[in-house]
Amino acid sequence: MANIDIRRVTKSYGKDEVIHGVDLTVNNGEFVVILGPSGCGKSTLLRMIAGLEDISGGEISIAGTVVNDLEPRQRGCAMVFQNYALYPHMTVAENIGYALKVAGMKKPERLDKVRAVAKSVGLEEFMDRKPGQLSGGQRQRVAMARAIIREPKVFLFDEPLSNLDAKLRVQMRHEIRRIHNRIKATSVFVTHDQHEGMTLADRMVIMNKGTIDQVGTPEEVYNRPATVYVAGFIGSPAMNFLSGQISAEQGAILLADDSRIEISGAQARTHVGALVQLGLRPEDMTLCAPGAGHLTGTFDFYEELGSAGLYHLMIEDVPFTVLSSAKPRFQHGDPVGVLADLSKLHVFRAQDGVRIDMDASVTRQMEPAE
Amino acid sequence: MSSRGKDMRRAYFKNNWIAALVVAPQLLIIFVFFYWPTSQALYWAFTFEQPWGGGNEWAGFENFRMILTDGRYWDSIRVSIVYAAGATVLSMGMALILAVFADRQLRGYKYYRIGAIWPYAVAAPAVGLAFRFIFNPSAGIMSYVNAAFPGFWDPILNGDHALLMVIIAGAWKQVAYNFIFFLAGLQSIPRSLIEAGAMDGATVLRRMRDIQLPLLAPTFFFVLVINITDSFTDSFGIVDTMTAGGPARATNLMVYKIYVDGFQGLDYSGAAAQSIILMFLVIALTVIQFRYIERKVHYT
Repeated sequence: MANIDIRRVTKSYGKDEVIHGVDLTVNNGEFVVILGPSGCGKSTLLRMIAGLEDISGGEISIAGTVVNDLEPRQRGCAMVFQNYALYPHMTVAENIGYALKVAGMKKPERLDKVRAVAKSVGLEEFMDRKPGQLSGGQRQRVAMARAIIREPKVFLFDEPLSNLDAKLRVQMRHEIRRIHNRIKATSVFVTHDQHEGMTLADRMVIMNKGTIDQVGTPEEVYNRPATVYVAGFIGSPAMNFLSGQISAEQGAILLADDSRIEISGAQARTHVGALVQLGLRPEDMTLCAPGAGHLTGTFDFYEELGSAGLYHLMIEDVPFTVLSSAKPRFQHGDPVGVLADLSKLHVFRAQDGVRIDMDASVTRQMEPAE
Repeated sequence: MSSRGKDMRRAYFKNNWIAALVVAPQLLIIFVFFYWPTSQALYWAFTFEQPWGGGNEWAGFENFRMILTDGRYWDSIRVSIVYAAGATVLSMGMALILAVFADRQLRGYKYYRIGAIWPYAVAAPAVGLAFRFIFNPSAGIMSYVNAAFPGFWDPILNGDHALLMVIIAGAWKQVAYNFIFFLAGLQSIPRSLIEAGAMDGATVLRRMRDIQLPLLAPTFFFVLVINITDSFTDSFGIVDTMTAGGPARATNLMVYKIYVDGFQGLDYSGAAAQSIILMFLVIALTVIQFRYIERKVHYT
């Protein structure tokens, strides 16, 4: 068991720096999910922890040992790859037991262990098959078993569920969480799927263009996104954004259509005149009569989601969505009022996207946007 | 592949004449350069051809009987087998080692890769000539060795030395070809498998042995078939320039003996019969390789 310390780690390919001085601590036994779109550097960061990529700058230590110059096999990490990377010429049993064979474990002992691990992931019937004869879910299990059997200090997952269909993905997600609860190895899981992140993580790390925007529990990240980027990335349907300016005297935000949203005086005073992005989640608003709410838009179209309906409006040419379980009916072009739950209003500085009403619980400061 | 998959890739022509027209050039080439000579050789093999032309006589299996009862022919077969085995093992071994290093992508591997492919562009007689100088007992680098250890190396008089020399030259020529295939085979192994091996704790050599080489087996098999076939049928240029089959027929490979008997000895019928035997020998070897080796090298 071990914690991972990442200190000012950078990664460059030639002159291009793709990871810009990342700091992160993963505590012993914790399940951390690194979330971000493709190209944000999340897989690169994971591969630097694993030892599959050189660390260009900074330091990574596992269990107190700096591993920058250690070979992957000396770091005590196990990894589950996106495409599983099973050895196609070996049977399931040989795949699972390969690490033990390399480590020089005697055959009878090894086979016992392979059988036990295979049983724990439900593979005991497939021991003599080759990976080519398995379904996607079964391959995924072999990849998991191959990692588990080494009893690693650290478990690394590189988008392991992205090749599965939706139903299987949810099922394997639950299994991964169950396995983690059982073996309690420090785990780092990389994904671009926010549902995986929200459901699996003890803590989430949101990456954006080679930097970390926010580290926090799924709840923190959802309720108090640190940047406009995190706010837009987390949550489905996505958060709405409107541009505005904090007015000088009245303690309000003025929007482009001259509507005003009252905010508490303390925040308004410290940022008087600041241009802001106003963030509102579709589920934090209700529809009302035009003029009765905080905002007014025109109805564009409707999406049925089953338990609720998603209303697409236009507010001053900005697309805007509101989630409503009441499901009122409108015609295209009808004016619609929107009543917002102001306790769930998110305000970000327009200049650099940083959340304005930050309190002490969010510690990381954004670097100025380029 | 499923039969449906095959059907989907097949193009259908409504008009069979167009289809025939499209394949005609290919068929013509195959006919003119393969079936015609082969059938001609087959015909000659069962007749006595006159050296200066003008009539022949049916001989039945007499040509084959004469060849197969000739000790020199069996010597030639033995030498050919030694050459084929030696050249194949040597060239595949060398190519594999070079390809493994090129695949590691160490510094400068791109130049090295070009350098390793280059020899394939050199024609066999040129290779033969070059090695004839290199291995010349009194002029090449071997002359220094001979000066230090008199009589150590003499391919002009010693048949074993001559055969070894031809094997080395033949292998050298083939290395580049094998290298290309081995390198392509190694590079088609997904990088993540090597990485998984590294995560599983295997060292570079261990990964090579347990992961890369087994996955290279299909390529290995293909290269093996090509090399054995090639060393039986395509060794003429090197032998002709280096030893002309000597000394004392020690390098008289089957394909070279065909040339000597046919074009120098003017025994067309005997040479034709030898060609037929060589053809069937190569076919038999290839069938054996496909039957007994191929099934062991494909995984999915």
